[in-house]
Order: sequence, then C-alpha cells, then structure tokens
Amino acid sequence: MSYAKPKFRHPEQKRNAVGFVKSDYEGALSTLCAGCGHDSISAAIVQACYELSIEPHKLAKLSGIGCSSKTPTYFLGNSHGFNSVHGRMPSITTGASLANRDLIYLGVSGDGDTASIGLGQFCHVVRRNLNMTYVVMNNGCYGLTKGQDSATADYGSINKSGAENLFPAIDLAELAITLGATFVGRSFSGDKTQLIPLLKAAISHQGFAFLDIISPCVTFNNNKGSTKSYDYVRQHIEATSALDFVPEEKEIVVSYPEGSSASITLHDGSVLGLQKLNREWDPTDRNASVNQMQKAKGEGKVLTGLLYVDPAGRDLHSVMDTVHQPLNSLTQESLCPGNSKLEAINASFR
Amino acid sequence: MINACRVNDMVIRFANVNGTGSASANDLFAKAIFRMGIPLSSKNIFPSNIQGLPTWYEIRINENGYVGRRDSVDLVVAVNPQTYSKDVVSLHPGGYFVYDNTRRLHPDLIRDDINYIGIPMMQLCMDNYEVPRHQQLFKNIVYVGALSVLLNVEMEVIQQIVREMFSKNEKLIPPNFKALELGAAYARENYDYPLDIRVKRMDKTGDQILIDGNTATALGAIYAGATMAAWYPITPSTSVVNAFEKFCRKLRVDPDTGKKKYAIVQAEDELAAIGMVIGANWNGARAFTSTSGAGVSLMSEFLGLAYFAEIPLVLVDVQRGGPSTGMPTRTQQSDILLCAYASHGDTKQVLLFPSSPAECFELTATAFDLAERLQTPIIVMSDLDLGMNHHMSQPLTWDNSRIYDRGKVLGCKELEAMSDFSRYQDVDGDGICYRTLPGTHPTKGAFFTRGTSRDEHARYTEDGGAYVRNVTRLQKKWETAKTLVPQPKLFQPVFRSRCGLVWFGSTGYSAMEAIDILEGQGIYLDVMQVRAFPFDETVLKFFEAHQEVFIVEQNRDAQFRSLLINELNLPPQFLLSVLHYDGMPVPADTIVIQVRDHLSRVGIPDTLSQKLSVG
Repeated sequence: MSYAKPKFRHPEQKRNAVGFVKSDYEGALSTLCAGCGHDSISAAIVQACYELSIEPHKLAKLSGIGCSSKTPTYFLGNSHGFNSVHGRMPSITTGASLANRDLIYLGVSGDGDTASIGLGQFCHVVRRNLNMTYVVMNNGCYGLTKGQDSATADYGSINKSGAENLFPAIDLAELAITLGATFVGRSFSGDKTQLIPLLKAAISHQGFAFLDIISPCVTFNNNKGSTKSYDYVRQHIEATSALDFVPEEKEIVVSYPEGSSASITLHDGSVLGLQKLNREWDPTDRNASVNQMQKAKGEGKVLTGLLYVDPAGRDLHSVMDTVHQPLNSLTQESLCPGNSKLEAINASFR
Repeated sequence: MINACRVNDMVIRFANVNGTGSASANDLFAKAIFRMGIPLSSKNIFPSNIQGLPTWYEIRINENGYVGRRDSVDLVVAVNPQTYSKDVVSLHPGGYFVYDNTRRLHPDLIRDDINYIGIPMMQLCMDNYEVPRHQQLFKNIVYVGALSVLLNVEMEVIQQIVREMFSKNEKLIPPNFKALELGAAYARENYDYPLDIRVKRMDKTGDQILIDGNTATALGAIYAGATMAAWYPITPSTSVVNAFEKFCRKLRVDPDTGKKKYAIVQAEDELAAIGMVIGANWNGARAFTSTSGAGVSLMSEFLGLAYFAEIPLVLVDVQRGGPSTGMPTRTQQSDILLCAYASHGDTKQVLLFPSSPAECFELTATAFDLAERLQTPIIVMSDLDLGMNHHMSQPLTWDNSRIYDRGKVLGCKELEAMSDFSRYQDVDGDGICYRTLPGTHPTKGAFFTRGTSRDEHARYTEDGGAYVRNVTRLQKKWETAKTLVPQPKLFQPVFRSRCGLVWFGSTGYSAMEAIDILEGQGIYLDVMQVRAFPFDETVLKFFEAHQEVFIVEQNRDAQFRSLLINELNLPPQFLLSVLHYDGMPVPADTIVIQVRDHLSRVGIPDTLSQKLSVG
C-alpha cells in the first residue's frame, strides 16, 4: 500500500498552456528503493509532459512487469494506465493505438521486460513504427526478484553477489536502430538536463520513439564492477550532442557555435535543436549512428543523447491507411451494414 | 429397375491430389446439386501440405436434410492413383468406382462386388487442350461433366455456375463448357445412364445457403461492429480473418476518402495477437482474434489478464485435433477444458458453442455484446468441420432494430455529474462495475488497469480482505453471466423419456440424425443442445429430469461431461459418454451404436413414461 503523498503545493504554481500545474502530472508516492534511478525518470516524465502542455487524459501510460513497470503509478495520476503482463506491453499498446489514434502512448518497460521475455514483441513494435514513446529503464538486473543479471548486463560485469556475467549484452538502442526505429535515444537517469528535452522530443515524434535510459539499481547493481552503477556511468558517459526541443508553436531561438549545430523538424512541426559535440555525428544517418555506437562501446564509453532520428517515417496508422477518426468512436450506424446487405450476401451463397 | 433406384440419398467421395485445382471443380458439382433444391453438405479431408499429397472431398446428399458425415461411400471419383487401393476399399458393395482409364487399373484393384466406370480424363484433355496446366485443370471439369450424365445433375445448372465463376474472366467459360461436354459425351456413349443412384430436382433447400462456418463467423464480427482483428496464421482458423478482411474491403472502406474503418494485424505470434485485442478493447473498440488449440495455449496468460482486469474480448477457437500440433487438418472438440478454465489461478471463461453457420454468425455477434456487458473474454468454440466445410444453413439474418450492447461505460457527461468514480465498485449488485475509456474526461475517471490484485479504486493492494472481496464479486459476475448467455435448446415440448442426450457444436448434424434413427428403432431420447458455458438453470433441470444422459462429444477424455459434472455437481455415473475422436466428424451411426450398446446392457428406456414439463 502506498503512503499518502503530501497534498501541499506552492499556492502559485505556474499553469501551462492547457491550464494544468506541474502537480497535476504527478502520481502516487513511489514505493521503489530510495535513490532508485527510476524515480528520477518518473520526475523527468512529469516535467516533460507539463512542459509539453499535454492534457493528462490525452495520454495513456502502459507497462509490463518489473520495477520499471511499476513506475506509471508514480507519474501522471490523471492519465489512464495499464500495468499488463511481463514483456507484452508492446502488443497492448499496439491494440490501444489502433483503437484510438488520437491519444499519446507512453510505454514503460525494463531491461528484463524488453530484452528478455519481451524481445519478440519489442522487435515487432519497432518494425511497425507504432506511434508511441517506448522508455526502457535499464539497470542491467532483475530488481523485483533480487538482482539476477539481465540480458543488458555488460559482458564481464560483476553483480552484487560477485558473479561475473558470462554473456554479451543486448544493446537495445542499437537493435532498435537496425530494426528501423525512427527515433532512438539513450540517456542516464541522473542527467535530467539531457533527459527532459529527449523525452519531449520522443513524445512529439510521429512514430516509434525509443529511449534506453540507464537507471542504476541502488540495491542490487550499484556495486563496484557493475557497468550500470552511478559511478561507472558518470565516469564513462559521452554525449553525442546537447539537445533543445522546441514545440511547434514557439519561435525557434536556438543558437550554437557555427558548424556544430543542426536542427531537425519533426512531423508535427516541432524542432529539435542539436549542438553536436562530435562533428562527424549525423543522427539522420543510420549507418553512421551504429558505427559511432560501436566505436564508443569499444572504448568502454556510454554514448548518450539523440542517436538516430528519421522524421519522415510513416507510422502504423499511415501504413494501414485507417480513417482519421479513431476506430473506437465509429458508431453502429457507420459500422453495421444492415439486413438488406446481408440478404445480398446470402444470395451469393446459394 | 425404378424401384431399386436411390434418389437424392448418397455419399460421393472425390479422391484428388492437393494443389491440382480439384477443389473448385468439386465445389461446382456440389453447388449444382444444391441449386437443384437437394440438401447436402461437403467435407474437405485435406493434408497439412500445399501440393502433391492425397486430398478427399466428400459430398453427402440427403433428401431428408441429414447432412452430417456418413461413413459408407456410394461412389468414388478416383483421380489419384496413389490412393486407388484405399478408395476401392472405401466403397460398399454395389458402389461405383469412377476412375481415369487412360491407364489400365492394376488387377489387384478389381473387386467383383462393385461397378467400375472408366473415363479417359487425361486422354481427353491431352487430345483437346494444348497447355499442360489446362490438361491438368480440365481433367477435373471432365469428371464433373461425366458425373452430370451418370447422376442426372442438370447441365444447365452447372453451366450457369461456371458463367458466374468466370463472370470477370469470360474467356475461360468456353473451354470449361468444352470439358464438361467431353466428359458428358463419353459417359453417354459408353455407359447406361443415369445410374441407380441419382439426383432429381426437388425443393428441400428453401432459402437456405451453403456456407462455411468461418465465413459466417467473420460476417458476425462485421455485423457486430468489430473494427480491429489481430491474429496469427493457424489452420483451421485462418479463413476467419481472411473472410473478415474480404468483407471489410467491401463494406468498411470510407467511400469519400478510400480509408479503412478497420485495422487487421497479422501479429508476430498468438500472444501478441490477443495482446493487441486486449489493448483495443481496453480502449473501447470492438476487437477479436481467432486461433486454434495451440494458439489458445499460447494466449492463456493474456486470457487470465483479461478475466482478472475485466477487459472485454472475443476469441474464436476453431478447434482441431490435439494435443500439441496434433492433427492440424482434422476436426475435434478437444479444447473445452482448456478454454473453460484458461489461465492460472481461479479463472473461468465464458464459452459459446455454435452448431451451424447461422449460429456462427449469430453467436459471434452476440459474443461482442456479452464481452462488453460482462467485461470479460468470450470464446466462440467452433471447430474445423464447422469452420472450414460447407454446410447447408439457414440464411444469416440481422434485425435492423438491434442495438449493440456496449455495456457499462461512463461517458464524459456522466463522469462530470459524479463526485467519485471507483472502477471496481459493484454499484448495481450484479458483479459488473462501470469502466471508463482513456481520453474521456480531463480530470475524472482515470484509473489503473492491472493484472495484480487491487481494491475497489483500482489501487494495488496485497490486503487479503480486498482480494477476497474482488474475487467474490467476480464470482457474482459469473452468476450474472448465466442469465445472459444463450439458452440451451430443447427439442421436445415435454420430456418423454428417462434418458436424455446432450450435444453441442458441430456434433448436432449427426446427433439429430442419430435421434431419428433411434426413434425409428423405438428408442426415444430427450435432446438438449447446450449453447453456452456457464450452464444456466435449464441445463441443470434437464439433468434433474432424467436418470441417464448421454453426452456426445468429439474428444477422448469426455471433457464436456467433466465440465458438466464439475460445474453442476452431477453424479458422474448418470452421465454416459458417446465419444468420437479420430479427427473425422462423428457419423450418426457411431452415436447410434454407442447409445444402443449401453441400452442393451441396462434396458431400453420406458418411452413416454416421463411427463415432466420443460422449465
């Protein structure tokens, strides 16, 4: 049972464009371990949705099973949520999106939920380019079952009980890019200046947006030897770029030093401003992205930021050529052909 | 001679090689007889293979409308030398073996108690068609032509169907007509015709249609307003979604924009298929999936989620022979217990049992209403025989005044007027709570759907009291379901026997024929068709009113009987099993023999001694 969250808020909280204050985007008090990276990501989601001026009921949050999948309880309390079964969030979200294309879908998963039991569904939701944001809170271990290695744990890393991981890690971001994801980013739960604009851009992206967010498990995987600990990540992080996200209605005022900036216009007119830290970096070039990621990995670095984006990709509804009106709002009158049509159909079977 | 004739009563079996175009020729032949007003059904007995293996097609023609499968074959059209020996044996004495005599029959295949009719199908085609593919295809039409003469099938009717088949490709009509005539002429010139088994125009089909159950199921989904289907290919359910898509293209495309008012996803597996259906229903669209036994096994986890989180969905299970991959192209009713108790923990699922294409249509449409009313999965239990074979059926009907029952869903205005919304509060006392759809109201009605235990406000809890309240309410909902599911059908105004017989699903064709045969032998049984699980009061009363009840089902373990015993707390010794599970539809004779075997041990029931009225 969750503890009650204090109701007291600053009396003059600033309202966003749709009239909501930030606390309208919060959820129940977290029951995760103190210091869990996931709570920082939840806070970033709250901030991103508030800043994007999303009406809370226009967003649906879905998850699988695991510590990460519990987090939707801790943010966006005024949004419908669905804590489904282990590894199956992508299929639920696919169906939900097909039924109502007008909502924003935020899927939350973990490295166990996505890279192991749910790897198949993950691959297929990527290739369908479902219009959703898919967040993996990646801590390299199974928290709820007490710290077993997950499939994203780095080869050779040492877990809390001292055991060495004998198998190579699945790099979900790299996998997503090679499967055709149209927006892929990686970040760190402790870096909210990077995480919040990345989340905002992902949510605004029309199509499948994947964020692999390294999120240390303070209880089971924050030890020396772990490559998903706060210390290790902070020492090895390398950002591809500094990111600004500008929603469509605002004037674009981003300036970067000559030669290092790039701006990418998303489908809805929003603009991603990028200050490239690496001049060779081109986040719209799939091959270059994969090469850079592998190069960084070889150097023991954790590459973060926007890794790849294709703003022109067609999402599932577009590919399937469905009507603009959400399918769940079509009336009986519009769906049921009536008995006279049925009589004609009967006649064709005589 | 005339007296010895059997008119409008026969079984014809076509022995073909799969992938050679025989299916459409055989359908043409069956349809022509049906159009002559003569009741029939056809069965495809096909391999799990694309090309080159034996396949059979059986037509049972019966003027009394008995169109369940019958074992004994009157005429075989043997086009596949691989199976000649098997086909010769399948005939009863006096039967006809129609074969391609382009090559001589091996002496081992000669029986002196059957008749041989050779038609040089291949030779006629070689002489008259140049393209090798045509030589192959028209062989099938040649035998249809020959049969029309031998069995008295009206050639004009056959020709009319050919015209309709090729209305979009008219240049194919003349070569087909030519093939028909080649076969007909050869038969006329070389044999006495018609044979002593033959057909004759009558008017016993009325306005009935000849249709497979899967097509009718798909139409049921169309008429019920399903907008989303997700599926994974599996025989024998594949044609449900194929037909759904076909009718969607005709009936569900916006005329102004050309855009689709439907979404069909071929999922990566059955787990994803049902997951998508759950997501769509959670969001308020009517969505369904169809599969067969192996698929249900894979979907079981999600069925438990939908049961516990109370999300509507419709699942069509076109059953086939199990266990495991089993007999993918043979029929059974062997998923009963799997479906009734699908998923771990205390789960129970609502099942509907259609027995004909018309019921496939009706019960599928009903399934969508029930799913939303009860906020739970509804499983439509079809099977391969019902789903894939053509059955004579009442026409499909839709009452234009019928309004979809969308169940207890609160809209924006209703939420606005409420001070407090609790997703799992049993406000009406029927175990069914009000739900809301995402996106309905800016500040009210949001809740968290979960497969974990929760309190009335949908908040996670491990409190034992809240858990028990919740599952007790689900049990109350189950009781409500009993009052909403389709009633069983009783086939007598008053009970008249101490013995009863219960059937469900596609078994009905043969069960009802068996009842008539038994009556002809002076054995009267009261009959009930069960159409849904949970079982309602009428089902219980039927058992209370009879000393012994035969349960006819197509599986080894008498699963339906177990379900009845378990759910109605019936004494097992009074429920007698009539079982058939070789993968072919049960014939009436099998039922008659098993019933008689039992009665010969315990005594024929006192006919008309019981006068209990039907509740």
